[in-house]
Amino acid sequence: MIKLDKVSKKFGTGVFVLSNVSLNVEKKEFVFLVGPTGSGKTTIFRLLTRELLPTEGMIIVNDWNIAKLPKHKIPHLRKKVGVVFQDLKLLLDRTVFENISLPLEIVGKKEEEIKNKVKEVLSQVGLIEHKDKFPIQLSGGEMQRAAIARALVLSPEILLADEPTGNLDMATSWEIVKLLSDINERGTTIIMATHNVDIVNKLSKRVIKLEKGRLIRDDLPAGEAGKNKSDVKTENKAENKSEEKK
Amino acid sequence: MKFFKTTTHNIRRSPYQAFAAVLIMMLTFLTVSFFTFLVTGSSRIINFFESKPQVTAFFHNEAKQKEMDALQKKIKDTGKVASIKFVSKKDALNIYKQQNKDDPLLLDLVTADILPASIEVSTIKIQDLGSISEMLKKSPEVSEVIYQKDIVSTLTSWTNALRKIGIGLTIVLSLVSFFIVLTIIGIKISQKKEDIEIMRLIGATSWYIRWPFIFEGVFYGLIGALLGWGIASLSLLYATPMLSSFLKGIPLLPVPFIFYMEVLAGELVLAAIIGALASYLAVLRYLK
Repeated sequence: MIKLDKVSKKFGTGVFVLSNVSLNVEKKEFVFLVGPTGSGKTTIFRLLTRELLPTEGMIIVNDWNIAKLPKHKIPHLRKKVGVVFQDLKLLLDRTVFENISLPLEIVGKKEEEIKNKVKEVLSQVGLIEHKDKFPIQLSGGEMQRAAIARALVLSPEILLADEPTGNLDMATSWEIVKLLSDINERGTTIIMATHNVDIVNKLSKRVIKLEKGRLIRDDLPAGEAGKNKSDVKTENKAENKSEEKK
Repeated sequence: MKFFKTTTHNIRRSPYQAFAAVLIMMLTFLTVSFFTFLVTGSSRIINFFESKPQVTAFFHNEAKQKEMDALQKKIKDTGKVASIKFVSKKDALNIYKQQNKDDPLLLDLVTADILPASIEVSTIKIQDLGSISEMLKKSPEVSEVIYQKDIVSTLTSWTNALRKIGIGLTIVLSLVSFFIVLTIIGIKISQKKEDIEIMRLIGATSWYIRWPFIFEGVFYGLIGALLGWGIASLSLLYATPMLSSFLKGIPLLPVPFIFYMEVLAGELVLAAIIGALASYLAVLRYLK
C-alpha cells in the first residue's frame, strides 16, 4: 500500500532530512513512527501527501508514484490519504461541523449526504454535542478528535497521524490511541508518529524508528516478528554502513 | 451553490473592504449611467432637429396669403426642396395651446393675431439649406428666418464633447475600480493564506479555492452597477417633469422603461467583466 524505496530528502539549505529510507506498509497495518524531534517523521508524512517531493528514491502510495504524480492528481491523492496534522490545522472561523464537512464539500457531496456523514463521524469520535462549537471553545483532546474526524470523513484508505497525543495528558492520549485503533480495526491503514514511549510499548504494534533522517529500527509486533524483522534490521544496518563508507 | 455561500461568508467577515469595493464600483457606474443618459438624450435631440424642417421662415403680420403662397411656389420650384409645410396663424395658436395646455395663464394671454404664420422647409441635400435660407431672407414678406443647422452643429459639438468626457471618465473610473477590487481580493487572499493552505492539504482543487474569490469580485461589480444605475435612473425620473417643460416639443421624455433596462443590462455585463477580471488577476497573482 505504501512503499518508500531509498528515499532521501534534502532541503535548500543542503541538509538531508531523510537519507536512503526504505520501508513498506501493508494494507490495514498500524505502524508507529518514532524518533526524536527533527528525525524526519513529519517529512515522511509530507512526502506521502506530495507536499514535498523526494530528492532521491521512489514513493508509492496506493499504486501512485508520488514523484511522477501530475499536479492535477494531487487533490485525488489527498482525498485518499487522511492526515491529522501535528498543529491540527483546523479552520478557526468555522465550527466543528463546518470543519469536518469541508472535505465532503470539496468532493462535491450533497448537503444531506454531508449532514449524515458528518454526524456519523462526530458520533464515532464522540464530539456530537460539540458540533456547533468553534475550535477555540474545545479542549486539547476535543480538538484532536475534531482533527481526526476531519481526516476520517472521506473514509480514507490511509490515515497519517502526526503526534496526535503531543500535548495531551495520559488519559486523553489513551482515548485518542483507542480511537485510532478502532479506526484501524475497521480497515484503515494507520501510520502514527509519536514520542510517547508508553503508548508504543503497550500497544504492541510495528515500530519504525528514525534518527537524524535514517531508518534505524523496523520492528514487527511480538509474535509476528520473525524472519522479516531480522531482514529489515540487517538490510538497514547494511545500508547505513554503506552510507557511512560513502 | 457552496461557492456562493463561501463568497457571502467572506464578504460578511470583512464588511469595510466590501463597502469600499461596492462604493467605487457604484461611483463608476453612476458616472457611466449619467453620461449614457446625457449622450443618448443629446443624440435624440440632434436627430429630432435633423428630422425637422431645417429652415423656418416667419411672415410679417401684414403678409397676404397670396404672397405667402407665391413664395412657397417659388421655393418649391427650385427643385431642392424635400418638403414644405405652411403653418397658418391658427395652426400656430393650436401648437402653442398644445404646448402650454397645463398653463391656463399663458393660454389666456395669447391669440392667433400675435402669432406669425410660417413655412418650414427641408431640403433634399443639406448643402442647399444656405441658398434656400438666403432666398427666404430676401423676400419682403418674411420677418425672420431660423436656420436650424446652427443649432444642430452646436448640439453636435456639445454631444461629441460629452461623449469624449464620458468615455474618458468611464475608462479612468473602470481602471480605478479594477485595481481597487484586485487589491481588496489580494488582501483577502493574503489574510486567508493559512486557510487556503489547509484546504489544499485536505484535497481542495485550485478552482475550488479560486471560485469564491472570483464570485466576490463579480458580486462587488454587480451591486455597484445596480446602485449606480439606480441612483442615476431615480434622478432622471425625478427630473423628468422639469426637463419636459424645458424640452417642450421634443419627444424625448419620459424615457421609455426598456431604455433603462438596456442601460442596466449593459452596465451589469461591464461590471461583471471588471469584477471577474480583477479578481481573476488577484487569484493568479496571490494564489500561486
